[in-house]
Amino acid sequence: MDLSVLVFLSAGLFLGWSLGANDAANVFGTAVGTRMVRFGLAATVCSIFVILGAVFSGAGAAHTLGRLGAVDTLAGAGMAAFSAALTVYWMIKLGLSVSTSQAIVGAIVGWNLFSDKPTDLEALLKIVATWVICPLAAAFFAVILFLVVGKLVDLARLHIFRLDAYTRLGLILAGALGSYSLGANNIANVMGVFVGSNPFTGFSFGDHVGFSAIQQLFLLGAIAIAVGVFTYSKRVMMTIGTRLFPLSPLAAWVAVVAHSIVLILFASEGLERILASNGLPTIPLVPVSSSQAVVGAVIGIGLWKGAHGIQWRVLGSIAIGWVTTPIAAGVVCFISLFFLQNVFNQEVFEEHRYSINTLVVEKLEDLGADSPGVRALVGRRFKNWTTLRETLQSTPGYDPSTEAVIHEVAKVEPVTITLGKLYRLDRSYYTPEQIAALWSLAGDHFFHRWRFEDTLAHDALAWRDPPDTPENQPAIRRLQEQREAAFRLFKDRLQD
Amino acid sequence: MALQLFKRTKKLEIKVDEILDTVSESAMVFEQAIECYMSEGVSDRFQHRLDQVVDLEARGDDLGLEVELEMYHETLIPDVRGDVLSLLESLDSIINSFKGVLFYFSTETPDIPENLRSEYRELAKLSAASVETLILATRAFFRDVKSVNDHLHKVHYYEKDADLLVTKLRREIFQTDLPLANKIHLRFFAERIVWISDMAEAVADKLTIYAIKRTI
Repeated sequence: MDLSVLVFLSAGLFLGWSLGANDAANVFGTAVGTRMVRFGLAATVCSIFVILGAVFSGAGAAHTLGRLGAVDTLAGAGMAAFSAALTVYWMIKLGLSVSTSQAIVGAIVGWNLFSDKPTDLEALLKIVATWVICPLAAAFFAVILFLVVGKLVDLARLHIFRLDAYTRLGLILAGALGSYSLGANNIANVMGVFVGSNPFTGFSFGDHVGFSAIQQLFLLGAIAIAVGVFTYSKRVMMTIGTRLFPLSPLAAWVAVVAHSIVLILFASEGLERILASNGLPTIPLVPVSSSQAVVGAVIGIGLWKGAHGIQWRVLGSIAIGWVTTPIAAGVVCFISLFFLQNVFNQEVFEEHRYSINTLVVEKLEDLGADSPGVRALVGRRFKNWTTLRETLQSTPGYDPSTEAVIHEVAKVEPVTITLGKLYRLDRSYYTPEQIAALWSLAGDHFFHRWRFEDTLAHDALAWRDPPDTPENQPAIRRLQEQREAAFRLFKDRLQD
Repeated sequence: MALQLFKRTKKLEIKVDEILDTVSESAMVFEQAIECYMSEGVSDRFQHRLDQVVDLEARGDDLGLEVELEMYHETLIPDVRGDVLSLLESLDSIINSFKGVLFYFSTETPDIPENLRSEYRELAKLSAASVETLILATRAFFRDVKSVNDHLHKVHYYEKDADLLVTKLRREIFQTDLPLANKIHLRFFAERIVWISDMAEAVADKLTIYAIKRTI
């Protein structure tokens, strides 16, 4: 294995470690803080289920490479991971519950700024909106659940010890499930970028039991998360469980379950499918922070109980942490990328070329983004985005609101369908029709990514988006992921 | 693991119930022992009742220790563990008081005039009733915290009645022609008996707070 891969892999492992140190508190913090579950037991259960989630349910996410997949070189991805991890570590050292996903988003924006890539403002605003909505929603669900559970407990008239046993079991179960989804959902952020340069090889026991190379890579990442849980999560757990608001054991369980409900509501494709198939309005699927959800739930219960026990100073510093984290991660990433590029001569982002030809103009027309300014540039090539943008801005009749679309359509990303790569297609991930469509393009070469995708959609129904209706959203997303994975496989210059 | 947890929980529930049973039983035996003393003095029946209370107190001590150790060892009910242990300790000191009063009767054999005996009997009955009602409230604390107050107000009622009665008894004692030493001796016994209902009331007050803590 290349030494640089090892170096950047360690950055991913550092992110895994800080994820374990921070996010384990979201699922077990209230349980440990209320002394219902011993830290050793919580850390053991959390580690086992994080590993199971990462190895058995995380592999699906590998195809999308997670959110860090947007970063297109290994050095850039490694540094983005390192910046996010460093920020999280710094916040944990201050005893704050920080949002790992916020740190990652901040680092990616830092990379975008450094590489002069346009940031999708709509997507960014959507994510930022969830930073407000998520804690509020968690607080709301926590209060509702608290009332319902309180009523049920009154009716059940359980002995204090029996109630204690049920609560204990409930906390461990909720924590185990939370840990499983923590591993499944976050492993792509930790290890996804290293899938292309995976040093492991798959093996199998008999016909049915196999251990793929990706699973081995994810096991490594999950072990890093587990180490983080064991070595550094106790402090954050105590912040969530005791310092913010003194919770009763039952309230501790309510907080964990309310946090899980919010995560499921905003992240479950299954729920979206059920709602859509019953003609009900769907909830937009957006990435939400589990740290914010659990803090929101604890504060919700605290407010319901009269707000007397809430430690406003602790809450204030957590809220400041939420604002500081993405900014700090972005700044750290930007500065680190500068050093990595200029001192260590690493390629931290792919320098794309841009070309405007008649096909590009036709595509822009289809997308409603053509303008006389763009048409005037037909036949010209640009060595980078900055040059193209400056040229566009100086061209009369150019509409700046079309910038992001022009960036994507004019970007040169050569794709060649080689036999070697066709044999590497994951047959369990694509349908036979999709694979047949890719094989029918054997030997073809595409200059732009969208040409490759449009050709596939034109040739095969299996690569075509279904109508944009709420019930089709999961299928549309799945197809987007498959297109992304196919593009990454066949593009001429792999990120690593 | 879950099965083991519930098995352990069941055992603990039984032990706590047994502790409450011993306190409740001590109250009944105490009342019977006073009745015996008033009619027979320190007879074999009285001695038997005293032995019963001693056994119950020892059994309560053992169970209390077991529950305490298990609760700490298994870190059970962390939010109310302190309250529960303090409650069990207070109940244990009530059995100790039953035993103590009966020992005083056994060793000092006070000579209670015939006309005052019914009041001593009544005093013992009220003290025993306050403790038995306190046990009902304690059982409710463990299972149905909302109904704790339904029992506690009765504890206060019995204690108040006992207070009124002991004042009346004191007056009657000091209005007799008995020597002062006898009068003081009789007063001491009346106060020892009524002190049990005072203890029950003090535990009831604590229980009120514990119940509020459990409901919020």
